[in-house]
Amino acid sequence: MVAVTGAVPATRRPRGGARQAVRLVVLIAILAVVLYPLIWMIGTSVKSQEEIVNNIGLLPETFTPGNFTQGWTNFDVTFGRFFLNSAMVSLLTVVGNGISCLLAAYAFARLRFRLRGLWFAVMIGTLLLPGHVLIVPQYILFRSLGMVGGEWPYLPLLVPQFLATEAFFVFLMVQFMRGIPRELDEAAKIDGANSFGIFRHVILPLSRPALVTTAIFSFIWTWNDFFRQLVFLSQLEDYTVPVALTLFIDSTSQSAVGPMFAMSVLSLLPVFLFFVAFQRMLVEGINTSGLKG
Amino acid sequence: MALTTTPDRTRRDSGSVRPASSGGGTGRIRHSEGLAGYVFLSPWLIGLMAITAIPMLLSLYLSFTNYDILTPWSEVQWVGFENYRRMFADDPSFWHAVQVTLKFALIAVPLKLAAALGVALLLNKAWRGVGLFRGLFYLPSLLGGSVALAIVWVNMFNRDGAFNSFLGLFGITGKPWVNDPDWALETLMVLAIWQFGAPMVIFLAGLKQVPTELYEAASVDGAGRFRQFRAVTLPMLSPVIFFNLVLETINGFQGFTAAFVLSNGTGGPVDSTLMYTLNLYIKGFTDLEMGYASAMAWVFLLAIALITVVFFSTGRFWVHYSDGEK
Repeated sequence: MVAVTGAVPATRRPRGGARQAVRLVVLIAILAVVLYPLIWMIGTSVKSQEEIVNNIGLLPETFTPGNFTQGWTNFDVTFGRFFLNSAMVSLLTVVGNGISCLLAAYAFARLRFRLRGLWFAVMIGTLLLPGHVLIVPQYILFRSLGMVGGEWPYLPLLVPQFLATEAFFVFLMVQFMRGIPRELDEAAKIDGANSFGIFRHVILPLSRPALVTTAIFSFIWTWNDFFRQLVFLSQLEDYTVPVALTLFIDSTSQSAVGPMFAMSVLSLLPVFLFFVAFQRMLVEGINTSGLKG
Repeated sequence: MALTTTPDRTRRDSGSVRPASSGGGTGRIRHSEGLAGYVFLSPWLIGLMAITAIPMLLSLYLSFTNYDILTPWSEVQWVGFENYRRMFADDPSFWHAVQVTLKFALIAVPLKLAAALGVALLLNKAWRGVGLFRGLFYLPSLLGGSVALAIVWVNMFNRDGAFNSFLGLFGITGKPWVNDPDWALETLMVLAIWQFGAPMVIFLAGLKQVPTELYEAASVDGAGRFRQFRAVTLPMLSPVIFFNLVLETINGFQGFTAAFVLSNGTGGPVDSTLMYTLNLYIKGFTDLEMGYASAMAWVFLLAIALITVVFFSTGRFWVHYSDGEK
């Protein structure tokens, strides 16, 4: 590969070509290290117990899909239930964040009202507030309201998401809305629209890209979240996938490694599919959004 | 940068000049819009009160009590600064957790940022396939915070894990690194560094903003590549480095999931992975000492606030904002 890339542009820019070849080799080497754990994970998930200990290669000699069926039914409740629970929590979080953050962002980005500057500063302040700081009092409050381990134990996970507590998404949407030309608001205003009309007919349709970004990251972060779900879910049948996965660690027997890896691979699959579908947006969308503006 | 932008005053003012032709109409518009503002803001405001402000005040109160979730409220005792005193003077696990957390952040964060910047420099120029590299390097940042990946990591650095097979290629016999108090935290650092993709993407966005004329000028002046990096890239990138440093440090302090998985929630082996938040979880939800855990939470919050202030006050000595700052 080095020879090929080095040879082709050699006639025109020999130094640039050689440099590019070196760069490529270095990048591929780093990429191999970075991807190794993921490939090893997938390989191990289809290795038999014996091979997990003895075969140090990436790929199994005998393909063992049985890890998946064994892992799926490893506990009294199947992983089907855990996946459903995770999907429900994640999807409702997407809905909650989408609606509540959009409303708050519109107020911050477009409307004039008393104390707006103060509230905006408070919102920015909560951006840096670590979730771990509030977990104890939130637990106590939700418990005193009968929401922890109640009829439907997901309320403590979901109520905050419907109240725009993810300041990051509010901030992201404010930044996005500032880019929507104000002339559109003015035009709608001349046509007789009030603040609600402008929101409905101008801001909402034009904010779709910000909404999509919010939806995808809400989903992935909630799907991967462990801390809050660990704290608030106590019954096996209510567990989400991350909490259920830790049950494998409790059962320290070596025989569970294959099934544990199989379920780990499955649990990452939705995130991976999002990555494949929205790669460009994920890479360029969110991380840089805080920088523009 | 992002965090220092305030609501856009100039635009708000110019906005209010145009439609407000003059006199009585303005007040009416402002009034109805003010009302609408609070209608749209109400979910956020309720959330701020119920999910953030009230819990914070409750937590402050609890931190001066011996509250555990089991005793009824009427029997909760005010203990003054006892929780804080115990934390600083009588609880070795507290100081141990502080040490573990600081060590983790001080080593993992700079290495992660160095990796992110290094790879970003390699990917800065546009060529065919560069997008694929960016995406694949970013992938660990999406997956790395999960329980599943923590499980993989622990097994990878266990006795029969991939890391030891790799060492075996060179005839080195490894050990179960995750069970060794001298190495367990280091494996978690490697996991953090492995997720360098997120800051890398931010570096790439920053590198795009550096005007190419600066490199041309430096090149004319006879500066080599290394000199150009030091004289042009680093200062021009310093706001982005600062942004990443603040963000990653605060994130680093909050590492929980991987430490929980590695130690099965205990902070072991021999407390070597007892991150601050894990210690807080153990005190609050395993030992049910919620008053004490609340005091720990407040100390944590103040520490993070202090570190942020230190960052911002030292930042002006090395962060270079060009006047073209957008």
